[in-house]
Amino acid sequence: MLAPVTHIIPLTTIIRPRLLPTTGTVQVRSGDKVVPSDVVAETTISREHLLIDIAHALGVPASKADRLVKCARGDKLAKNAVIARGDGIIPRLVRAPRDGRVVAIGGGQVMLEIGETPFELRAGYPGVVAQIMENRGVVIQTTGALIQGIWGNGHMDFGLMFNLAEQPNHVLASADVDVSLRGSIILAGHVNDEKVFRNAADLPVRGMILGSMAPSLVPLAMQMKYPILVIEGLGRRDMNLAAHKLLSTNAKRDVAINAEPFDRYTGTRPEVVIQLPVTQEPPLPRDLETFAPGQVVRILRNPRQGAVGTLEVVRSIPTVLPNGLRAICADVRLESNESLVVPLVNLEVLG
Amino acid sequence: MPTSLIDGNSLLALDIGTTTTRASYFDVVDGRYRFIAVGHSPTTAAAPVNDLGQGVRHAIAELEVLIGRTLMDQDKHLILPAQPEGTGVDNLVSTLSAGPSIKTVVFGLLAEVSLESVQKLARSTYSRVVDSIGMNDKRLAHEQVDAIIRQMPDLILISGGTEGGASHSMKKILEVVGLSCYLMPGDKRPAVLYAGNQELADEVKSSFEKLVPMLYFSPNIRPSLEIENLEPAEKELASMYPKIRQRQIMGVEEISALSGGKLFPTAFAQGRMIRFLSNISEKGILNVDLGASSTTVSGAMGGRLSMNVFPHFGLGEPLSGLMRYTTMEEAMQWLTIDISADAVRDFIYLKSLYPATIPSTPEELAIEQALARHILYLAVRQALANLPKARPPRAGLIPNFDPIFASGSVFAAAPTLGQSLLMLLDAIQPTGFSTFMLDQNNLLGILGAAAEVNTILPIHVIESGAFVNLGAVISPLSNASAGTTILRVRLTYDNGEETLVEVKQGGMEIIPLVVGRTGNLRLEPVGRTDAGIGFGRAYRVDGVQGSALGVVIDARGRPLRLPSDAVKRRELLKKWLWNVGG
Repeated sequence: MLAPVTHIIPLTTIIRPRLLPTTGTVQVRSGDKVVPSDVVAETTISREHLLIDIAHALGVPASKADRLVKCARGDKLAKNAVIARGDGIIPRLVRAPRDGRVVAIGGGQVMLEIGETPFELRAGYPGVVAQIMENRGVVIQTTGALIQGIWGNGHMDFGLMFNLAEQPNHVLASADVDVSLRGSIILAGHVNDEKVFRNAADLPVRGMILGSMAPSLVPLAMQMKYPILVIEGLGRRDMNLAAHKLLSTNAKRDVAINAEPFDRYTGTRPEVVIQLPVTQEPPLPRDLETFAPGQVVRILRNPRQGAVGTLEVVRSIPTVLPNGLRAICADVRLESNESLVVPLVNLEVLG
Repeated sequence: MPTSLIDGNSLLALDIGTTTTRASYFDVVDGRYRFIAVGHSPTTAAAPVNDLGQGVRHAIAELEVLIGRTLMDQDKHLILPAQPEGTGVDNLVSTLSAGPSIKTVVFGLLAEVSLESVQKLARSTYSRVVDSIGMNDKRLAHEQVDAIIRQMPDLILISGGTEGGASHSMKKILEVVGLSCYLMPGDKRPAVLYAGNQELADEVKSSFEKLVPMLYFSPNIRPSLEIENLEPAEKELASMYPKIRQRQIMGVEEISALSGGKLFPTAFAQGRMIRFLSNISEKGILNVDLGASSTTVSGAMGGRLSMNVFPHFGLGEPLSGLMRYTTMEEAMQWLTIDISADAVRDFIYLKSLYPATIPSTPEELAIEQALARHILYLAVRQALANLPKARPPRAGLIPNFDPIFASGSVFAAAPTLGQSLLMLLDAIQPTGFSTFMLDQNNLLGILGAAAEVNTILPIHVIESGAFVNLGAVISPLSNASAGTTILRVRLTYDNGEETLVEVKQGGMEIIPLVVGRTGNLRLEPVGRTDAGIGFGRAYRVDGVQGSALGVVIDARGRPLRLPSDAVKRRELLKKWLWNVGG
């Protein structure tokens, strides 16, 4: 059976596209070294339009109004620039109410694109520009540790990681978020107090990597301007040992957090990348796995949700679970040497 | 190749759901079509595979083992048609519900006329209406344009204007649609279905043909204020569906081509089947399908179908948004064991993150079944106004349907069939006499699709017992106080033996009638009780088929009211669970 995979890898090659939301200009060249804050491409984005009814303003039929328009599609107009001029000795004028660009003319109307704002696309990851995607962005390649999460608030940043989670079952108190953490990325366990997020915003911090978070904090977390990445999920859960070990041993290193939301169709996942020097390029992560003995797996559901172990056997016939459901199961041996029978659909491969 | 399946054609049917892909095989046994076996695989529409084909090949490979027949060649290509040496299959049909909900913007003129109809049209498939724009929309035209561009819809449905009516307002609407599409990047422009005033169809064609990637037309869904005609537009929408999915998911094009274009939205194919059955039945037929990413409630009567697909109700990803439609207290009312709200909330978020996972503990199963009841209850209530009815039921109650088909893994894989039936009774709260058919292998949609290549196969398969008959349920209506006798039920078995049961208000009685046996029922209301055909009216139901639970008399009341005291409520829920076998 095909297995879902979550990457928690100490050393791997990471390749990530970074694309503009619309066409623009790429600012780097293939082979350039970049840090996460480098601008790799830029464009302008207009989010609003204005429809100006020339025919109505000039009091003429639509077909005639089109002939009175004095600008062309693509023209950039300053505020008060003449858009259309009526007939007569003292002609009526229709002027641009705001700075904008003409995007459509017809039916006696002119549509302006307004509110143009520059947009800079940052590298987001430290690494090398492996590929240029003309007018759209770049592909960045790096090597290091990769830790994928399950929930993110959509932001991205990088900085020095401070570990406050001595144990995977750590709970972060608001008082622990003090001025010494300003400008850093906090590694912590569970958060169930909204003051934690507010204190962190006041400092401010550059990001938070959490084991889990109370579901009630989702709306607030979404409002925070710094990235918040959750490894295990929503609700009270300990960070899995593999992720905790990998992150805590890399404390006080620069880390890049991309807390983009998990999207099962595009494959985007929130993730932490810790760039590490290598002498030889490590292999790419394996995205596709079939369940097999020897794999390191994580249990996704209770009673041992988040526990990591080794898959020993995939049973060939369905097993009856304690609740009466029947499912194809695997025998999983935990690090504590305890053996569990877990439905295959409740497992994911770590690696 | 023979043209009639009865001459020996085999059929492979693919059902590609959000989490599971099923490959079902049908062939002729003793001169009649039979469902032979089904192979399963996780659906591979999502990353990292992003190609439906892989899941389909896995499911077919599992099926090959089960039926001992080679269906694919060495390169894992389906052998179509069947070869003389016995490999391959003669026909392939497919149904699809996998994929994110289709972001849809609907346009109409009057809120309670064309806009209402076009929203019903949108509800006939896996769409999520992200904006609704009518003549009385307060936004300026450019604000409407910006709203549409921000949403980047996959689909725009346009209705409005009665036949021969004024077209000025429609032109304003078309202008907004045209400008929005024009301003979107070429590869992001939506598919458009025009189902409005037909006098404007040519103008729509000339304006939109080169602007959007897919432009479809259907007859006006609201040709006059009094007439609503959704069926042709629903059909058109179903034919657009695979093409919309092709832009989102790899592998759809290949499966559509292999199926000879017979790839249907699952809900549409299910609807087609119950519409067909309703043509040969005197009663209305209901189908409920509680999936991971949506819930479908469809009703048909005398060939008139009402389809209601709710992408915001499902036991997977949509769970995280459930509290927008209900409260935690309501969602927890069906819990048979004492579980904290925090635990339920944790379950909801976890299940929405990992929709393919299953409960491993009794507590988690209790939560999942409680949520399933409540989600289906909400979906049925939302669909209620739109469902066909033979006679007006009491306000707020569901009209009588018989049979009621049910699918979804929470019902199909429940530890006992009694649990499946009880969940359905609690959620649907039927009235009158209904037979509950559990579609354990998601066959209903497949048969609806198969009807496209052969109309005999679905009938043979339904008659063959491929659906699990859960029970014949009588749900009397009475205002009597609890404990009062409201109905006498006499079951005469096919061997002449009889059982007489006096049913009390608030109770639930089960008269065994095992599979393979039949019986005749005589229902005699006591006092002002409606046993299905009106207050105080007795009637017979002959030839009741034996089933998993037999004859179930659900006299718990309609609407079902649970005690407000949590301890008493849990005790009552446990008692009912015990009644149906635990």
